[in-house]
Amino acid sequence: MKLKMNKWGLIPVLLLLAGFMPGSVSTARAGLLDDVDLHGFFDTRAGIRTTSDATQRQTSLLESRLQLDSLYQGDALTLQLRGDFIADDVEQDRSIDLEQGRGWFDLREANLLVSPTDWLDLKVGRQILTWGTGDLLFLNDLFPKDWQAFFIGRDVEYLKAPSDAVMASFFPEWGTIDVVYTPSFDADRYIRGERLSYYNPLLGRTAGRDAVARVDERNGWFSDDELSLRFSRNIGSFETALYGYLGYWKSPAGFDPGSARNTFPRLNVWGASLRGPLAEGIANLELSWYDSRDDRGGDDPFIPNSEQRLLLGYERDLGRDLTVGVQYYLEHLVDYSAYRNSLPAGMPERDENRHLFTLRLTKLLLNQNLTLSFFAYLSPSDRDFYLRPKASYKLTDNWRLSGGANFFGGSDDHTFFGQFENNSNVYAALRYSF
Amino acid sequence: MKRYGILFLLLLWPALALAAPSADEIVARANKAAYYAGKDGQADVKMTIYDAHGGTRQREFSILRLNVAGEDQKFYVYFKKPSDVRKMAFLVWKHVGGDDDRWLWLPALNLKKRIAPGDKRTSFVGSDFFYEDVSGRGLEEDVHQLVKETDDQWLIKNTPKDPDSVEFSWYQVWIDKATSLPVKAEYFDKEGKLYRRVSAEKIETIQGHPTVVEAVAEDLLAGTRTVNRFSKVKYDIGLKERLFTERFLRRPPREVTR
Repeated sequence: MKLKMNKWGLIPVLLLLAGFMPGSVSTARAGLLDDVDLHGFFDTRAGIRTTSDATQRQTSLLESRLQLDSLYQGDALTLQLRGDFIADDVEQDRSIDLEQGRGWFDLREANLLVSPTDWLDLKVGRQILTWGTGDLLFLNDLFPKDWQAFFIGRDVEYLKAPSDAVMASFFPEWGTIDVVYTPSFDADRYIRGERLSYYNPLLGRTAGRDAVARVDERNGWFSDDELSLRFSRNIGSFETALYGYLGYWKSPAGFDPGSARNTFPRLNVWGASLRGPLAEGIANLELSWYDSRDDRGGDDPFIPNSEQRLLLGYERDLGRDLTVGVQYYLEHLVDYSAYRNSLPAGMPERDENRHLFTLRLTKLLLNQNLTLSFFAYLSPSDRDFYLRPKASYKLTDNWRLSGGANFFGGSDDHTFFGQFENNSNVYAALRYSF
Repeated sequence: MKRYGILFLLLLWPALALAAPSADEIVARANKAAYYAGKDGQADVKMTIYDAHGGTRQREFSILRLNVAGEDQKFYVYFKKPSDVRKMAFLVWKHVGGDDDRWLWLPALNLKKRIAPGDKRTSFVGSDFFYEDVSGRGLEEDVHQLVKETDDQWLIKNTPKDPDSVEFSWYQVWIDKATSLPVKAEYFDKEGKLYRRVSAEKIETIQGHPTVVEAVAEDLLAGTRTVNRFSKVKYDIGLKERLFTERFLRRPPREVTR
């Protein structure tokens, strides 16, 4: 059993506990505590696989979590602490890993925000970061995602994993510049086989707990660092942005034949986006260039090629409390012939262009207390899909009951969504917010 | 004599206007009084939604409003209750005569979500108030007609220019002469039946501006009712336009979090 809390240690846990127990603090501090705001929720959820997978438990989800969220807002600074205490029956490893989000405690946010001048905000510490224009598709947002949480039916907010970073935002007259420095690489909380099965190209089949992915972690401080940049500006009703990223592939997309481990090869990303009103709806366009720095020629079979990515989206209202959104997404593999020529025999070949469509339908009913939503990913080129139906009902202002499903399918075992076919699941959840 | 007659009329003109304003003038004045008081404003709102079975739901939020160029305005709404929407923020850049720009800030995802313009006559946060009741209905969207005048009120009938764009066939508004505030609005469906009512229950004068501090919206068909209570109302606080941007969605200003 390893206790892996190298980055932030136990300090935030203790701080959280101290902050959340006003009774334990002497009345002399009451003045300070008046400004502290304590909230959170208790959430319990369960899910089962709809198909059986010999390498996994039939139970896909069985957990309770208590989230405590405390905010201190002073004149000079804002302090935010948010963490989850978790009892997870499916996870085998109970030790805390704040990077992978494993164990009985997950620190979501622990940061300090200051505005030293009129034109600068600094946010330091553990924080959730998001940018870009896609709806559940990310081109220029290279901040860590938790795909496992997303696929097993946790609340959608858990798709965003926290970053341990410094964010500096500058506000000159002519736009906004955001610079995010992550001193030690924050990978996605990717699928590794422990509770969701994935396609293992070495075995040539889907694998789960029988072949958990072996990965060369990148966790050197200041050597395995990441830098994310954005320049954004509003032009009338249109939002424009330019993006840059210097870091690594967020999931272990590389492979080191020597150690037989997956790796995080170096990656730079450059992109742009535009979002604004169009014909009674909102349209968005986003482009990005994935520069796979360790395989610029595209002829290394163990490192992903560079890619060009494109996203077009449109969302509008279709009647009362009904919203529809559609997106088209393209992943174009650069140096495709080099890729094909270097592909080892027997390895499944990916297409030069991966086309993906998404559809979102959201309907609010019963005075907006009932939300019915449906999100679908459909790829005609990969011939696979991922469907996310969900219903959520607010019983009272505090209690919410929800249920949903994650259905994966495809013609092949090795495609992005097709590989997760045996992970299809249904789930139900009850949450009390306070 | 004719020449003097014209001069006489010109001199009298302001007095005439005061005595008998046109329907358009009355609604324009009411719109100003109800939605544009001061250069900017802020308020805390406690909203109670009563369902047909006696159940209630609570919402609490703070609103900042800034009048910008022309008739355009910017709004910042910061939610405090219920807990599941706490810290969410709603940003509106209202464009009179066009679609508004609207964004929702989801703090757990750190996401600025752009909201499609959509139908303004849909429920605001699940209440009996519509978005349009909160931010105002474009005056140019209806034909206004003065149907009655009493000692202290005007009654204006409003008929939509595009009947298919709204759920009512017409509505009538009582406007208080002393304050110019609309005090009651009644909506009639295509069969001419009254089905919805919005009324000002309490008015106070704050910094010289008559202000509705309690408003009620009723859905007479569903039997539901929503009461809005406004507190900590302030005008001319000197809000900066930069407050109504992504920076202050990420970092809610003290004006709303206090």
